Amino acid sequence: MGEYRQAVSRAFPYTIPVMAGYLFIGAAFGVMFADQGYNVLWAVLMSVVVYAGSGQYLATNFFVPGVSILQAVFLTLMVNIRHVFYGLSLVDRYNRFGKKRWYLIFGMTDETYSLICTTDVPDDVDEEKFLISITLLNQLYWIIGTAVGSIAATAIAFDSTGIEFAMTALFIVMFMELWYRRSNRPAELIGMVSATLCLALFGAENFVLPTMVLMVAVILLGKKKLNRKEAGEGA
Amino acid sequence: MLDVVSSLVMVAAVAIATFSTRAASFLVFPKDKEVPPTVKYIGAVLPPAVIGMLVVYCLKSTQVLEYPYGAPELIACLVVIGLHAWRRNVLLSVGVGTVLYMVLVQAVFV
Repeated sequence: MGEYRQAVSRAFPYTIPVMAGYLFIGAAFGVMFADQGYNVLWAVLMSVVVYAGSGQYLATNFFVPGVSILQAVFLTLMVNIRHVFYGLSLVDRYNRFGKKRWYLIFGMTDETYSLICTTDVPDDVDEEKFLISITLLNQLYWIIGTAVGSIAATAIAFDSTGIEFAMTALFIVMFMELWYRRSNRPAELIGMVSATLCLALFGAENFVLPTMVLMVAVILLGKKKLNRKEAGEGA
Repeated sequence: MLDVVSSLVMVAAVAIATFSTRAASFLVFPKDKEVPPTVKYIGAVLPPAVIGMLVVYCLKSTQVLEYPYGAPELIACLVVIGLHAWRRNVLLSVGVGTVLYMVLVQAVFV
């Protein structure tokens, strides 16, 4: 356990920005679920076994009479389809780990994925334990936020409109941190331009899947160029 | 609100569907199977592209064509970018940006 304690303490500073975001947007989920009539135990249960930002927001709409399980499963798959691609990009890295990698896979939210992909593992800590610590801390923030929001929704009146901007700000900051390492710039622009284009073409509800497909296509077509840049940076 | 059993079934359904999307690639490429070079290459290049996409994703519901014409988002994003370029303190950039945005949408652009 001592090794884990060290891994958690090394991981903690990296997770602080996610903590700020998750406490808020987790709370927003707690409020939304409370509005549907579900108390703090239900809200925490969702955050323990599902653990997905936009997925859980969407799911609050399923807990009313008339929504079929099939419909709920289909909509959840659609909103989370991007995670298939996240997984694809981590297969090689995670397959080196033991059985505990399934927790990493379970906990692969947008924020955790982004953090894991942008953080260099410190030299003095085991990679697997470090990544598990990051994932665990993030889920803990999410659960605490959920519980606080759920309880507060019934106790105090607080206008949380706009709180979801914490996630926007977090991704902008991650984008900038990657931008400072020049080799990432072409891929970042591919992502941003693809998403903007697909948003204009397909609309806000349906643009994520086409964006992922377009991004992967462009990345594959530009393999020679992008690979050379990677090599040139020694990355 | 649903009854207890239906609620539990719904929680399980959402949990399983969410996990399926995250686990899919790992089921296609299990541990003992060699990962093709193309997939390794995608693994190296995709993450920065995804973060570029997620920035757009977070801003997808911005009202550009009608009032307030995306002004709160634009102002808050510029402040986050400026503040982060200046201090490079993640917590400061995210904290100030979020509070500013909340004030803008709750009190300024109403």
